[in-house]
Amino acid sequence: MTMIQVRNLKKSFGELEVLKDINVEIQEREVVCVIGPSGSGKSTFLRCLNRLEDITDGHVVINGQDITDSKQDINKIRENVGMVFQQFNLFPHMTVLQNVMLAPMKLGKGDKSSIEKKALELLAKVGLSDKAKVYPGELSGGQKQRVAIARALAMDPKIMLFDEPTSALDPEVVGDVLAVMKQLALEGMTMIVVTHEMGFAREVGDRVIFMDGGFIVEENVPEELFGNPKEVRTQAFLSKVL
Amino acid sequence: METIIAVLPYLMQGLKVTLYIFFFSIIFGFLIGLVTALMRLTHIKPLNWISKAFVDVIRGTPFIVQLFFIYFGLNSLEFISLDRTVAGILTVAVNAGAYFSEIIRAGIQSIDKGQMEAARSLGLTQSQTMRSIVLPQAFRRMLPTITNQSIISFKDTSLLSIIGIADIVQRGKIQASATFMHFEIWLTVGIIYFVIIYLLSLLSSFIERRFVLR
Repeated sequence: MTMIQVRNLKKSFGELEVLKDINVEIQEREVVCVIGPSGSGKSTFLRCLNRLEDITDGHVVINGQDITDSKQDINKIRENVGMVFQQFNLFPHMTVLQNVMLAPMKLGKGDKSSIEKKALELLAKVGLSDKAKVYPGELSGGQKQRVAIARALAMDPKIMLFDEPTSALDPEVVGDVLAVMKQLALEGMTMIVVTHEMGFAREVGDRVIFMDGGFIVEENVPEELFGNPKEVRTQAFLSKVL
Repeated sequence: METIIAVLPYLMQGLKVTLYIFFFSIIFGFLIGLVTALMRLTHIKPLNWISKAFVDVIRGTPFIVQLFFIYFGLNSLEFISLDRTVAGILTVAVNAGAYFSEIIRAGIQSIDKGQMEAARSLGLTQSQTMRSIVLPQAFRRMLPTITNQSIISFKDTSLLSIIGIADIVQRGKIQASATFMHFEIWLTVGIIYFVIIYLLSLLSSFIERRFVLR
Protein backbone atom coordinates (compact mmCIF):
# COMPACT_ATOMS: atom_id res chain seq x y z
CA MET A 1 0.00 0.00 0.00
CA THR A 2 1.29 3.46 -0.88
CA MET A 3 1.85 5.52 2.25
CA ILE A 4 3.33 8.65 0.74
CA GLN A 5 3.00 9.90 -2.78
CA VAL A 6 4.87 12.99 -3.87
CA ARG A 7 4.04 14.43 -7.28
CA ASN A 8 5.82 17.34 -8.95
CA LEU A 9 6.72 18.84 -5.59
CA LYS A 10 8.32 22.27 -5.85
CA LYS A 11 9.44 24.52 -3.06
CA SER A 12 10.89 28.01 -3.28
CA PHE A 13 12.09 30.39 -0.62
CA GLY A 14 11.51 33.69 -2.38
CA GLU A 15 13.58 33.58 -5.54
CA LEU A 16 15.51 30.53 -4.47
CA GLU A 17 14.07 27.28 -5.77
CA VAL A 18 15.10 24.59 -3.31
CA LEU A 19 13.03 21.68 -4.60
CA LYS A 20 12.59 21.35 -8.34
CA ASP A 21 10.06 18.73 -9.28
CA ILE A 22 10.31 15.87 -6.80
CA ASN A 23 8.42 12.66 -7.56
CA VAL A 24 8.52 9.67 -5.27
CA GLU A 25 6.30 6.99 -3.80
CA ILE A 26 6.89 5.35 -0.46
CA GLN A 27 5.18 2.14 0.56
CA GLU A 28 3.88 1.09 3.94
CA ARG A 29 6.63 -0.42 6.16
CA GLU A 30 9.31 0.89 3.87
CA VAL A 31 12.45 2.54 5.29
CA VAL A 32 13.77 5.20 2.93
CA CYS A 33 17.03 6.98 3.63
CA VAL A 34 17.67 10.32 1.96
CA ILE A 35 21.29 11.30 1.47
CA GLY A 36 23.00 14.15 -0.33
CA PRO A 37 25.28 17.14 0.15
CA SER A 38 24.16 20.02 2.35
CA GLY A 39 21.93 22.42 0.47
CA SER A 40 20.63 19.62 -1.72
CA GLY A 41 17.09 20.14 -0.40
CA LYS A 42 16.79 16.89 1.53
CA SER A 43 15.68 18.46 4.81
CA THR A 44 13.27 20.76 3.02
CA PHE A 45 11.84 17.75 1.21
CA LEU A 46 11.26 16.00 4.53
CA ARG A 47 9.67 19.09 6.06
CA CYS A 48 7.25 19.33 3.15
CA LEU A 49 5.91 15.88 4.02
CA ASN A 50 4.16 17.22 7.12
CA ARG A 51 3.86 20.74 5.76
CA LEU A 52 6.23 22.32 8.24
CA GLU A 53 7.25 24.09 5.05
CA ASP A 54 4.53 25.53 2.88
CA ILE A 55 4.44 23.69 -0.41
CA THR A 56 4.94 25.97 -3.41
CA ASP A 57 3.59 23.62 -6.06
CA GLY A 58 2.71 19.97 -6.61
CA HIS A 59 1.05 17.38 -4.43
CA VAL A 60 1.94 15.39 -1.33
CA VAL A 61 -0.51 12.61 -0.53
CA ILE A 62 -0.13 11.04 2.90
CA ASN A 63 -2.12 7.88 3.54
CA GLY A 64 -4.64 8.89 0.88
CA GLN A 65 -5.00 12.50 2.00
CA ASP A 66 -3.62 15.33 -0.10
CA ILE A 67 -1.96 17.68 2.40
CA THR A 68 -1.67 20.43 -0.20
CA ASP A 69 -5.47 20.60 -0.23
CA SER A 70 -6.37 23.51 2.03
CA LYS A 71 -9.62 21.76 3.02
CA GLN A 72 -7.66 19.01 4.78
CA ASP A 73 -7.05 19.51 8.49
CA ILE A 74 -3.27 19.46 8.59
CA ASN A 75 -3.26 18.97 12.37
CA LYS A 76 -5.18 15.70 12.00
CA ILE A 77 -2.76 14.48 9.34
CA ARG A 78 0.25 15.43 11.46
CA GLU A 79 -1.04 13.21 14.26
CA ASN A 80 -0.15 10.30 11.99
CA VAL A 81 3.25 11.63 10.98
CA GLY A 82 5.84 11.73 13.75
CA MET A 83 8.94 13.86 13.36
CA VAL A 84 12.35 13.78 14.98
CA PHE A 85 14.59 16.83 14.65
CA GLN A 86 18.32 17.29 14.51
CA GLN A 87 18.18 19.62 17.54
CA PHE A 88 15.73 17.38 19.47
CA ASN A 89 13.42 20.30 20.31
CA LEU A 90 12.31 18.82 23.61
CA PHE A 91 10.16 21.11 25.75
CA PRO A 92 12.60 22.31 28.43
CA HIS A 93 9.93 23.37 30.92
CA MET A 94 8.42 19.89 31.14
CA THR A 95 9.74 16.63 32.50
CA VAL A 96 10.60 13.82 30.14
CA LEU A 97 7.32 12.09 30.96
CA GLN A 98 5.35 15.31 30.41
CA ASN A 99 7.09 15.76 27.06
CA VAL A 100 5.93 12.34 25.94
CA MET A 101 2.41 12.74 27.34
CA LEU A 102 1.73 16.26 26.10
CA ALA A 103 0.32 15.61 22.63
CA PRO A 104 -1.93 12.64 23.49
CA MET A 105 -3.26 14.57 26.49
CA LYS A 106 -3.92 17.78 24.57
CA LEU A 107 -5.47 15.95 21.66
CA GLY A 108 -7.70 13.74 23.79
CA LYS A 109 -6.18 10.36 23.00
CA GLY A 110 -7.48 8.66 26.14
CA ASP A 111 -7.52 9.19 29.89
CA LYS A 112 -4.49 10.31 31.85
CA SER A 113 -3.64 6.93 33.38
CA SER A 114 -3.65 5.05 30.09
CA ILE A 115 -1.61 7.78 28.38
CA GLU A 116 0.88 7.72 31.25
CA LYS A 117 1.16 3.95 31.08
CA LYS A 118 1.82 4.11 27.36
CA ALA A 119 4.36 6.91 27.82
CA LEU A 120 6.26 4.86 30.38
CA GLU A 121 6.26 1.88 28.03
CA LEU A 122 7.70 4.04 25.27
CA LEU A 123 10.38 5.37 27.60
CA ALA A 124 11.24 1.79 28.50
CA LYS A 125 11.42 0.98 24.83
CA VAL A 126 14.00 3.71 24.21
CA GLY A 127 15.86 2.67 27.36
CA LEU A 128 15.06 5.67 29.53
CA SER A 129 12.59 4.42 32.15
CA ASP A 130 14.71 5.91 34.91
CA LYS A 131 14.59 9.40 33.37
CA ALA A 132 10.81 9.92 33.39
CA LYS A 133 10.86 12.54 36.14
CA VAL A 134 13.90 14.55 35.08
CA TYR A 135 13.96 17.64 32.90
CA PRO A 136 15.53 17.57 29.42
CA GLY A 137 18.33 19.87 30.53
CA GLU A 138 19.75 17.06 32.64
CA LEU A 139 19.99 14.60 29.74
CA SER A 140 22.79 13.94 27.29
CA GLY A 141 22.19 14.51 23.58
CA GLY A 142 21.66 10.84 22.87
CA GLN A 143 19.15 10.57 25.69
CA LYS A 144 17.34 13.68 24.48
CA GLN A 145 16.99 12.28 21.02
CA ARG A 146 15.61 9.00 22.34
CA VAL A 147 13.05 10.96 24.38
CA ALA A 148 12.16 12.86 21.21
CA ILE A 149 11.55 9.54 19.45
CA ALA A 150 9.34 8.35 22.31
CA ARG A 151 7.46 11.64 22.20
CA ALA A 152 6.75 11.25 18.50
CA LEU A 153 5.69 7.61 18.97
CA ALA A 154 3.21 8.58 21.70
CA MET A 155 0.77 9.68 19.00
CA ASP A 156 0.89 6.23 17.35
CA PRO A 157 2.04 7.63 14.03
CA LYS A 158 1.89 5.60 10.85
CA ILE A 159 4.94 7.36 9.46
CA MET A 160 8.09 8.64 11.14
CA LEU A 161 10.23 11.40 9.65
CA PHE A 162 13.81 11.77 10.89
CA ASP A 163 15.67 14.96 10.04
CA GLU A 164 19.38 14.24 10.55
CA PRO A 165 18.64 12.69 13.94
CA THR A 166 22.26 11.94 14.83
CA SER A 167 24.04 14.96 13.34
CA ALA A 168 24.08 16.93 16.60
CA LEU A 169 25.24 13.99 18.73
CA ASP A 170 28.60 13.05 20.17
CA PRO A 171 29.97 10.10 18.21
CA GLU A 172 29.81 7.68 21.16
CA VAL A 173 26.03 8.02 21.57
CA VAL A 174 25.06 7.90 17.90
CA GLY A 175 24.81 4.12 18.14
CA ASP A 176 22.16 4.26 20.92
CA VAL A 177 19.87 6.38 18.78
CA LEU A 178 20.44 4.35 15.63
CA ALA A 179 19.67 1.17 17.59
CA VAL A 180 16.28 2.55 18.59
CA MET A 181 15.59 3.56 14.99
CA LYS A 182 16.62 0.16 13.72
CA GLN A 183 14.27 -1.50 16.21
CA LEU A 184 11.44 0.70 14.93
CA ALA A 185 12.24 -0.27 11.36
CA LEU A 186 12.17 -3.97 12.27
CA GLU A 187 8.74 -3.48 13.84
CA GLY A 188 7.49 -2.27 10.47
CA MET A 189 7.33 1.49 10.90
CA THR A 190 7.27 3.47 7.67
CA MET A 191 10.31 5.72 7.96
CA ILE A 192 11.96 8.46 5.97
CA VAL A 193 15.39 9.26 7.33
CA VAL A 194 17.49 12.19 6.18
CA THR A 195 20.94 11.14 7.31
CA HIS A 196 24.69 11.27 6.93
CA GLU A 197 25.00 7.82 8.50
CA MET A 198 25.83 5.81 5.41
CA GLY A 199 26.24 2.67 7.51
CA PHE A 200 22.70 2.99 8.78
CA ALA A 201 21.33 3.70 5.31
CA ARG A 202 23.08 0.65 3.94
CA GLU A 203 22.07 -1.67 6.74
CA VAL A 204 18.52 -0.56 7.62
CA GLY A 205 17.30 1.24 4.52
CA ASP A 206 15.07 -0.57 2.03
CA ARG A 207 15.81 2.15 -0.43
CA VAL A 208 18.22 5.06 -0.61
CA ILE A 209 17.46 8.34 -2.34
CA PHE A 210 20.33 10.57 -3.39
CA MET A 211 19.37 14.23 -3.74
CA ASP A 212 21.38 17.06 -5.21
CA GLY A 213 20.47 20.57 -6.37
CA GLY A 214 16.78 20.15 -5.55
CA PHE A 215 16.32 16.97 -7.56
CA ILE A 216 16.27 13.29 -6.79
CA VAL A 217 19.33 12.28 -8.78
CA GLU A 218 19.23 8.57 -8.14
CA GLU A 219 17.31 6.08 -6.04
CA ASN A 220 17.88 2.43 -5.54
CA VAL A 221 18.25 -0.38 -3.01
CA PRO A 222 21.26 0.36 -0.80
CA GLU A 223 23.52 -2.35 -2.23
CA GLU A 224 23.08 -0.94 -5.73
CA LEU A 225 23.22 2.74 -4.86
CA PHE A 226 26.31 2.38 -2.70
CA GLY A 227 27.92 -0.46 -4.63
CA ASN A 228 27.14 0.51 -8.16
CA PRO A 229 26.01 4.16 -8.44
CA LYS A 230 24.86 5.05 -11.96
CA GLU A 231 25.00 8.84 -11.92
CA VAL A 232 28.18 10.87 -11.96
CA ARG A 233 26.97 13.14 -9.16
CA THR A 234 26.16 10.14 -6.95
CA GLN A 235 29.59 8.71 -7.60
CA ALA A 236 31.24 12.02 -6.79
CA PHE A 237 29.30 12.39 -3.54
CA LEU A 238 29.88 8.83 -2.40
CA SER A 239 33.58 9.03 -3.14
CA LYS A 240 33.76 11.94 -0.68
CA VAL A 241 31.76 10.43 2.16
CA LEU A 242 32.60 6.72 2.05
CA MET B 1 8.64 62.77 65.13
CA GLU B 2 5.32 62.81 66.89
CA THR B 3 3.78 64.76 64.06
CA ILE B 4 4.97 62.17 61.56
CA ILE B 5 3.38 59.40 63.60
CA ALA B 6 0.21 61.48 63.68
CA VAL B 7 0.08 61.85 59.88
CA LEU B 8 1.21 58.29 59.13
CA PRO B 9 -2.28 56.74 59.20
CA TYR B 10 -3.40 59.46 56.81
CA LEU B 11 -0.50 58.69 54.44
CA MET B 12 -1.16 54.96 54.72
CA GLN B 13 -4.72 55.57 53.51
CA GLY B 14 -3.01 56.98 50.44
CA LEU B 15 -0.92 53.86 50.12
CA LYS B 16 -4.12 51.85 49.88
CA VAL B 17 -5.24 54.02 46.97
CA THR B 18 -1.84 53.69 45.30
CA LEU B 19 -1.83 49.90 45.65
CA TYR B 20 -5.42 49.63 44.47
CA ILE B 21 -4.67 51.64 41.33
CA PHE B 22 -1.41 49.80 40.75
CA PHE B 23 -3.07 46.38 41.08
CA PHE B 24 -5.74 47.04 38.48
CA SER B 25 -3.43 48.98 36.15
CA ILE B 26 -0.92 46.14 36.05
CA ILE B 27 -3.56 43.50 35.37
CA PHE B 28 -5.18 45.53 32.58
CA GLY B 29 -1.80 46.68 31.35
CA PHE B 30 -0.59 43.13 31.10
CA LEU B 31 -3.70 42.07 29.18
CA ILE B 32 -3.29 45.03 26.82
CA GLY B 33 0.36 44.05 26.36
CA LEU B 34 -0.43 40.40 25.70
CA VAL B 35 -3.17 41.14 23.18
CA THR B 36 -1.16 43.77 21.30
CA ALA B 37 1.94 41.54 21.31
CA LEU B 38 -0.06 38.70 19.75
CA MET B 39 -1.57 41.16 17.26
CA ARG B 40 1.94 42.20 16.32
CA LEU B 41 2.98 38.58 15.73
CA THR B 42 0.08 37.47 13.53
CA HIS B 43 0.27 37.48 9.77
CA ILE B 44 -2.72 39.80 9.54
CA LYS B 45 -1.19 43.08 8.39
CA PRO B 46 -3.82 45.56 9.73
CA LEU B 47 -3.46 44.05 13.22
CA ASN B 48 0.33 44.45 12.99
CA TRP B 49 -0.12 48.10 12.06
CA ILE B 50 -2.60 48.87 14.83
CA SER B 51 -0.36 47.26 17.41
CA LYS B 52 2.77 49.01 16.19
CA ALA B 53 1.00 52.38 16.02
CA PHE B 54 -0.27 51.93 19.58
CA VAL B 55 3.19 51.16 20.93
CA ASP B 56 4.79 53.99 18.97
CA VAL B 57 2.26 56.58 20.12
CA ILE B 58 2.49 55.62 23.79
CA ARG B 59 6.27 55.40 23.76
CA GLY B 60 6.50 58.67 21.86
CA THR B 61 4.48 60.78 24.29
CA PRO B 62 5.04 61.68 27.96
CA PHE B 63 3.00 59.96 30.62
CA ILE B 64 1.65 63.24 31.87
CA VAL B 65 0.30 64.16 28.42
CA GLN B 66 -1.40 60.75 28.19
CA LEU B 67 -2.94 61.37 31.61
CA PHE B 68 -4.22 64.82 30.69
CA PHE B 69 -5.49 63.59 27.34
CA ILE B 70 -7.47 60.78 28.96
CA TYR B 71 -8.73 62.69 32.02
CA PHE B 72 -9.27 66.18 30.62
CA GLY B 73 -9.33 65.49 26.88
CA LEU B 74 -11.64 62.50 26.73
CA ASN B 75 -13.81 63.87 29.51
CA SER B 76 -14.42 67.02 27.51
CA LEU B 77 -16.22 64.89 24.93
CA GLU B 78 -19.95 64.84 25.53
CA PHE B 79 -20.46 61.10 25.53
CA ILE B 80 -17.56 60.21 27.82
CA SER B 81 -17.39 60.61 31.56
CA LEU B 82 -14.51 59.05 33.46
CA ASP B 83 -13.96 59.56 37.15
CA ARG B 84 -10.40 60.22 38.26
CA THR B 85 -9.71 56.72 39.51
CA VAL B 86 -10.88 55.14 36.27
CA ALA B 87 -8.92 57.66 34.22
CA GLY B 88 -5.87 57.05 36.40
CA ILE B 89 -6.04 53.27 36.11
CA LEU B 90 -6.68 53.55 32.38
CA THR B 91 -3.67 55.79 31.84
CA VAL B 92 -1.25 53.64 33.80
CA ALA B 93 -2.68 50.48 32.16
CA VAL B 94 -2.38 51.83 28.63
CA ASN B 95 1.08 53.20 29.28
CA ALA B 96 2.36 49.99 30.88
CA GLY B 97 0.54 48.00 28.18
CA ALA B 98 2.67 49.48 25.43
CA TYR B 99 5.89 48.59 27.24
CA PHE B 100 4.59 45.14 28.23
CA SER B 101 3.68 44.62 24.59
CA GLU B 102 7.29 45.00 23.51
CA ILE B 103 8.54 42.85 26.38
CA ILE B 104 6.08 40.06 25.57
CA ARG B 105 6.75 40.25 21.84
CA ALA B 106 10.49 39.99 22.38
CA GLY B 107 9.97 37.16 24.87
CA ILE B 108 7.86 35.14 22.45
CA GLN B 109 10.29 35.75 19.60
CA SER B 110 13.19 34.61 21.77
CA ILE B 111 11.76 31.08 21.97
CA ASP B 112 13.47 28.86 19.42
CA LYS B 113 11.22 28.13 16.46
CA GLY B 114 12.04 24.45 16.83
CA GLN B 115 9.74 24.46 19.87
CA MET B 116 6.83 25.57 17.74
CA GLU B 117 7.74 23.08 15.01
CA ALA B 118 8.04 20.16 17.40
CA ALA B 119 4.63 20.84 18.92
CA ARG B 120 2.98 21.44 15.55
CA SER B 121 4.52 18.24 14.16
CA LEU B 122 2.73 16.34 16.93
CA GLY B 123 -0.61 17.69 15.74
CA LEU B 124 -1.09 20.52 18.25
CA THR B 125 -2.79 23.61 16.88
CA GLN B 126 -1.15 27.02 16.76
CA SER B 127 -3.02 28.22 19.86
CA GLN B 128 -2.43 25.01 21.84
CA THR B 129 1.26 25.38 21.08
CA MET B 130 1.25 29.01 22.16
CA ARG B 131 -0.48 28.21 25.44
CA SER B 132 1.40 25.04 26.44
CA ILE B 133 4.82 25.52 24.90
CA VAL B 134 5.74 29.04 23.86
CA LEU B 135 4.10 31.32 26.44
CA PRO B 136 5.15 29.37 29.56
CA GLN B 137 8.78 29.45 28.44
CA ALA B 138 8.57 33.04 27.25
CA PHE B 139 7.09 34.27 30.55
CA ARG B 140 9.91 32.82 32.57
CA ARG B 141 12.38 34.59 30.37
CA MET B 142 10.42 37.87 30.54
CA LEU B 143 9.96 37.93 34.28
CA PRO B 144 12.89 40.24 35.17
CA THR B 145 11.86 42.80 32.53
CA ILE B 146 8.21 42.54 33.55
CA THR B 147 9.18 43.26 37.15
CA ASN B 148 11.23 46.20 36.03
CA GLN B 149 8.35 47.70 34.06
CA SER B 150 5.94 47.05 36.94
CA ILE B 151 8.20 49.01 39.26
CA ILE B 152 8.31 51.89 36.79
CA SER B 153 4.52 51.82 36.53
CA PHE B 154 4.23 51.72 40.30
CA LYS B 155 6.25 54.91 40.50
CA ASP B 156 4.23 56.44 37.66
CA THR B 157 1.08 56.19 39.78
CA SER B 158 2.53 59.02 41.88
CA LEU B 159 1.83 61.37 38.95
CA LEU B 160 -1.88 60.69 39.33
CA SER B 161 -1.89 63.05 42.30
CA ILE B 162 -1.94 65.82 39.69
CA ILE B 163 -5.54 65.00 38.75
CA GLY B 164 -6.50 64.92 42.42
CA ILE B 165 -6.32 61.22 43.21
CA ALA B 166 -5.77 60.90 46.96
CA ASP B 167 -2.69 58.67 46.75
CA ILE B 168 0.37 58.87 48.99
CA VAL B 169 1.90 61.78 47.13
CA GLN B 170 -1.32 63.80 47.12
CA ARG B 171 -1.74 63.24 50.84
CA GLY B 172 1.92 64.08 51.39
CA LYS B 173 1.39 67.38 49.56
CA ILE B 174 -1.63 68.21 51.69
CA GLN B 175 0.14 67.39 54.93
CA ALA B 176 3.36 69.12 53.94
CA SER B 177 1.61 72.37 53.19
CA ALA B 178 -0.45 72.12 56.36
CA THR B 179 2.46 71.34 58.70
CA PHE B 180 5.47 72.72 56.79
CA MET B 181 7.33 69.53 57.73
CA HIS B 182 8.53 69.05 54.15
CA PHE B 183 11.68 67.19 55.08
CA GLU B 184 10.02 64.61 57.34
CA ILE B 185 6.97 64.04 55.19
CA TRP B 186 8.75 63.58 51.89
CA LEU B 187 11.32 61.36 53.56
CA THR B 188 8.48 59.22 54.91
CA VAL B 189 6.73 59.08 51.55
CA GLY B 190 10.01 58.05 49.94
CA ILE B 191 10.55 55.30 52.48
CA ILE B 192 7.05 53.94 51.91
CA TYR B 193 7.67 53.74 48.13
CA PHE B 194 11.06 52.18 48.68
CA VAL B 195 9.72 49.47 50.99
CA ILE B 196 6.90 48.51 48.62
CA ILE B 197 9.23 48.36 45.62
CA TYR B 198 11.77 46.37 47.58
CA LEU B 199 9.05 43.87 48.49
CA LEU B 200 8.00 43.69 44.83
CA SER B 201 11.51 42.82 43.71
CA LEU B 202 11.83 40.21 46.48
CA LEU B 203 8.58 38.64 45.27
CA SER B 204 9.88 38.64 41.72
CA SER B 205 13.16 36.94 42.56
CA PHE B 206 11.23 34.39 44.61
CA ILE B 207 9.04 33.60 41.59
CA GLU B 208 12.10 33.48 39.35
CA ARG B 209 13.76 30.93 41.62
CA ARG B 210 10.61 28.83 41.72
CA PHE B 211 10.45 28.69 37.94
CA VAL B 212 14.06 28.52 36.87
CA LEU B 213 14.31 27.80 33.20
CA ARG B 214 15.70 24.33 32.84
